[in-house]
Amino acid sequence: MRRTTRALPNKTGETDQLGLLQPGVTLQDRYLVLGVLGSGGMSSVYKGRDLHFPNVTKLVAVKEMINMAADPTMYEMVVRNFEREADLLATLSHPAIPRIYDYFTHESSSYLVMEFIEGRDLERLLHETDDFLSEEKAITWAVELCDVLTYLHGHQPQPVIFRDMKPSNVMIDQHGHIRLIDFGIARVFQPGQKGTMIGTEGYSPPEQYRGEASPAGDIYALGATLHHLLTRRDPRAEPPFSFSERPIRQINPHVSPELESVVNAALAYDPKERFASSESFKAALLSAAKQTGILVSPQKSTALKLPSDVQELWSFECEDEIRGSPTIHRGILYVGCYDNNLYALDAKRGTFLWKYPTEGGIPTRPAAHEDIVYVASEDHRLHAVSADQGKLVWTYLAEGPIRSSPTLHEGYVFFGCDDAHLHVVNMMNGRRAWRAEAAGPIRSTPLVVDERVYYGCETGDFYCVDFRGEVKWRFRAKRSVASSPIMVEGILYFGSMDWTLYALEAEGGYQIWRFRMGRPTISSPAYAEGKLFTGCADGNIYAIDARNNRELWRFQTEHQVTGSPVVHEDSIFCGSVDGSMYCLDLRSGRKRWTYRTGGPITGTPTIAEGTIYFGSTDHHVYALLT
Amino acid sequence: MDLFKRIFGKKAGAGAPPDGVKTAPLDPTTVTRALVKPLQGRILVGMAQSVGIERTHNEDSLFVLQGNAAGLETLPEFGLYIVADGMGGHRSGEVASSVSVRSVARRLCEDSILHLLSIDPLADAIPLQDLMRIALEEANQAVVDRVPGGGTTLTAVLHLGHQITLGHVGDSRAYVLKDGEVRTITRDHSLVKRLEELGQLRPEEAEVHPQRNVLYRAIGQGANLEVDVFSLPIPRDAFLLLCSDGLWGVVPDQEIRRIVTTSENPQAACERLVDSANAAGGPDNISAVLISFPPE
Repeated sequence: MRRTTRALPNKTGETDQLGLLQPGVTLQDRYLVLGVLGSGGMSSVYKGRDLHFPNVTKLVAVKEMINMAADPTMYEMVVRNFEREADLLATLSHPAIPRIYDYFTHESSSYLVMEFIEGRDLERLLHETDDFLSEEKAITWAVELCDVLTYLHGHQPQPVIFRDMKPSNVMIDQHGHIRLIDFGIARVFQPGQKGTMIGTEGYSPPEQYRGEASPAGDIYALGATLHHLLTRRDPRAEPPFSFSERPIRQINPHVSPELESVVNAALAYDPKERFASSESFKAALLSAAKQTGILVSPQKSTALKLPSDVQELWSFECEDEIRGSPTIHRGILYVGCYDNNLYALDAKRGTFLWKYPTEGGIPTRPAAHEDIVYVASEDHRLHAVSADQGKLVWTYLAEGPIRSSPTLHEGYVFFGCDDAHLHVVNMMNGRRAWRAEAAGPIRSTPLVVDERVYYGCETGDFYCVDFRGEVKWRFRAKRSVASSPIMVEGILYFGSMDWTLYALEAEGGYQIWRFRMGRPTISSPAYAEGKLFTGCADGNIYAIDARNNRELWRFQTEHQVTGSPVVHEDSIFCGSVDGSMYCLDLRSGRKRWTYRTGGPITGTPTIAEGTIYFGSTDHHVYALLT
Repeated sequence: MDLFKRIFGKKAGAGAPPDGVKTAPLDPTTVTRALVKPLQGRILVGMAQSVGIERTHNEDSLFVLQGNAAGLETLPEFGLYIVADGMGGHRSGEVASSVSVRSVARRLCEDSILHLLSIDPLADAIPLQDLMRIALEEANQAVVDRVPGGGTTLTAVLHLGHQITLGHVGDSRAYVLKDGEVRTITRDHSLVKRLEELGQLRPEEAEVHPQRNVLYRAIGQGANLEVDVFSLPIPRDAFLLLCSDGLWGVVPDQEIRRIVTTSENPQAACERLVDSANAAGGPDNISAVLISFPPE
């Protein structure tokens, strides 16, 4: 260890255990060490003061090379590289490149004295902020970086390839301008003898792994740096060259499509498909900024109101709020209302067919099978009425208001009740087959799969019972589970008032993962293409990767989302308490259209034959053509 | 007698002789047939390992734990299977792989399997995917702290009930073999694989690329480890194979499939797989774990 053998004249014990110089040490009788700015594998950088200017405080950055190489050849190579950096810097002159003042070697260490830059590097900036960087800032800095690259690439007699563009090598000085630091060393890749490993740089272009260094490589790395700045996703934590798997606007919808496509062009795998030079990269950035108006007025919103592509087919007014969800059966729409009625409407025309009065509000979704419609009401009853005329067939009396929608399965109706029971009733005669006790009111819709019933409860308990009502397992969330479970490939998904979406193994109730949101949720998840969609009281509609609970996108509405999303083709449909029905692209979360109603939408839409049906607390049922 | 009835009544009731009556001993084969439920539908596991032909050290580590219970309705089948392929100078490769395997196995046993055996199932459990991620991160920290210069791949499968949860870093692999198809379910964290995926390298170029052994993710390489974690339903009527690159880099997929499907049992298959890699030159350590899942 060469580090430990070093001794400075007249001064011993000046390094700490890590071998860093202590404040107070003077180098060459001229540079007083004030503190450590940073230290990496090969070097440390200190903040220092130049004592040749005794009357003013002239700050300098002193970079010390720490040569840990045990092998003499490697040791020499490290020294040569450091000298090369010094020589290179001495020949460069550009406002964005720090000036070099001095270079010296002492014992087995070498030192480079440079201009001290007051400011933060971009990596630190990313760490210290939570929000996305504004597009304006990103473009401004990118343009300055293009300028310095143009200077380097045009350097005579030899072009200089920076090779190490990344956020930690870009400083923002106190005037808000960029400065390129660390002209360290081009990475030297070890030949891959068996068992060798390197970490990926994350910002380096694919061709660099073939040993090629060209201006196109710096353009890629600048693209990678911009991608990181705009998405806050660190490429070092991702597979190499996977930027295209993380489209910028999917992560940060505030970025304009123009800027996104400029960054994508810089990140092309094939160097020939990138910008031919940093000048053309800059030109593209400027043109993107002009198109989005950033150059004209920095704060102007880039969001454009798209013309609504949706067309109202019909709407129908009831006498009170509709908080539940409609069902379509044989061309008839059935929906419950807080005027206590179950309405039957012609699904195509929206004409009134009949209504059936219960004695309580209907916050649920009716279920229909063959000639009978089943509707649960806050009057403590499950009502079975004829589907064509709304004539009473039977009612079943529970011991509390029913706010759980009925599930039909092989001749039985399954539903929960505020009387803390799951009820199972014969569809034909309304007689109870069995019931299972719960710790509190059940408001989630039971899921019946393979002779197991799954449902949540207001106490936060989530049950799996068999067809004898025996509990097979129980899972406890921290707050109530009013969200209704779905099952995909043996995994149950449901949300809870404890702000969490859960994934449980269905056989034993083991938690596979959980996804934390910004507020409680009672929305029931929907599934498509490996993604889960759910609403949340934090106002978002979330898309989550079902395999590993990564957030794919989120869409912010203007109020709580208590209803549940529905998937149809490549869109998801979801209502919000802000009064609007949203249609979003299910892959990107981009808004396709919104349709505004006169009151909060708390229910879940139903889609049949290209038409979306839903109720609103503005008393209306809407049918829209998608 | 009451006690006897309670203990044996249910299962052995038919065999308990009525008082005072002497009976001839039963033919053992008859007893077996009459009283023991056939255990088809069991999960079977095999494992094999070899240092290979060219290497002097074994840097691979394997771990297999398989659990079955009968008569206890609430206890599902479970299993924990780990393969790790260490790397680094001196002995650091073998230490890194064994330290990681121990660390991961200990964490997963404590917080999933022991948790499963505890009487009170309502205690707040860590989600399995979080647990897997924590286990691999802890192994990473253990290697960073104890084995400087060492690193290892690690592929772990935790089977609980009807799901398996995988944790994966590096280029050891997990395969599902079903209906004559071989499917890799893990993604190699190797530079050439990545370049190949992007069309920057052809497969034949990748095979001879000087950096073909360069990983961009491994346990023991710095503080921030990104782990691949995902869950799948157990593959019914299929095999799950975990192996190091000493097997998959040497024996072609179709040969692996042929050996697995023509062997008598998973143990025989693992031994034949390892033999096959050695017959092809055995350039590296070889490790294989094969789990056969019955039809539903």
